[in-house]
Amino acid sequence: MYAAIGAGLAVIGAGIGIGNVGGKAMEAIARQPEALGDIRSNMILMAALVEGAALICMVLAFFVAK
Amino acid sequence: MRRILSVIVVVLLVSARITAQHEGQEHVNESPTTGQASQPATEAGHEEAEFNPGEFAVHHIADANLFPLVNDAYLSLPCFVYAPSEGWHLFVSSVFQPEKEFNGKKAIDGYILSHGSIRRITDESFPKGSVDIGEISVKEEEINGKKKEIHYVNYNGKEYVTDAKTSWDGGLTGGGVTSFYDYSITKNVFSMLLVFFILLFVFFGIRKSYVKREGLAPKGLQSFLEPIFEFIRDDVAKPTIGHKYEKYMPFLLSLFFFILALNLFGQIPFFPGGANVTGNISVTIVLAILAFLVTNLNGNKHYWGHILWMPGVPAVLKVLIITPVEILGVFIKPFTLLLRLFANIAAGHIVILSFVGLIFLFGHSGVSMGGTVLGAVVSVPLTLFMSALELLVAFLQAFVFTLLVASYIGAATQEHH
Repeated sequence: MYAAIGAGLAVIGAGIGIGNVGGKAMEAIARQPEALGDIRSNMILMAALVEGAALICMVLAFFVAK
Repeated sequence: MRRILSVIVVVLLVSARITAQHEGQEHVNESPTTGQASQPATEAGHEEAEFNPGEFAVHHIADANLFPLVNDAYLSLPCFVYAPSEGWHLFVSSVFQPEKEFNGKKAIDGYILSHGSIRRITDESFPKGSVDIGEISVKEEEINGKKKEIHYVNYNGKEYVTDAKTSWDGGLTGGGVTSFYDYSITKNVFSMLLVFFILLFVFFGIRKSYVKREGLAPKGLQSFLEPIFEFIRDDVAKPTIGHKYEKYMPFLLSLFFFILALNLFGQIPFFPGGANVTGNISVTIVLAILAFLVTNLNGNKHYWGHILWMPGVPAVLKVLIITPVEILGVFIKPFTLLLRLFANIAAGHIVILSFVGLIFLFGHSGVSMGGTVLGAVVSVPLTLFMSALELLVAFLQAFVFTLLVASYIGAATQEHH
């Protein structure tokens, strides 16, 4: 049961992180619409890295549950 | 017109995934009541236990010694097993004569096939040679305070304990060193070999067309892959590694295409795809070890100098904090690489399998027709969406892995400035 609570907390972290990245990316696009392509690819890259950190915690929770 | 056609193709692929897994799961989780050999009630799929989506998902992600095709058909793969007390054995997994749920009907030299993977009977007094066995049951027991699943095989009315194969994870996933080592060609190995030959075929074909069309514009498969090469060279290798990037381009390109091809093959729901290779931690551990070796064997003096004795920091701090953390960092960086790839791909597969399992849950494993249809109506759009997301994740994770390996190599080889 505690494993599931841990995994849920990890997802909160992922949500906050990716939300921040996405929000700042939106602001940057609004400031400079012609940089859309650059900003979009960097945003996706950063989201993958933040998600990686959260998923590492989820894998740990899975191992604990087994 | 083309849009309608593509939607139809995608829906057909999704329903292929669902039917390909339906028949094989008619008898999922034949939970044993007492483990006795005579259980006439649990036959022909009428009296089975509740559908367990967790076990369904984990079973489809795990490795197996045969390659399931359609319904109960399978492709049997060669098995090499080694037991220290007996030596090597080589057989094909069809000698076990697996039937429903890939439980074998025969035991060969003390080995059985349980739920698709080979297990060995620990009792040395079990008869050698080809022997007909009874039912294989799985029980959950508490050993040393940890819950483990033990597979028992019933022979002549007596229950024998069987061992799983040795896994070098110190018991993390319930393994540890057991009585035999399994070096077979499993589903994952078969898939990796298949991807290897396909990539060889593709890239040697491109090489031929590059030689034939020297100086001309690229055509066909060549023109499809050339932008990817240029992307890796200009956006991944050159900014991170600098002017010595050419030495590492073969490694980065192989890594990228191998991981990408394995991810994509794992998404295809039927043979020859459908094997969850990159979502298996053993495979990603090997990739991380390769990255670790390439980075550290090419590290120059400045790299090791910065790790062991970072210039510009007071000595007290260095000894207490900086140097231990930096040394740990040398190992933790590839470790996060492997966990990121493993977790992303395995989590995606588990989610898709859970959505497919919704259909069986709603329909009580095929008993209720209305429930099945409702489950399909709920589950097919979700599975479509998740499959599209998984496609994105496949490309993204291959790219992120390559980018991070390139940046670690760049950090290891950069000159002093």
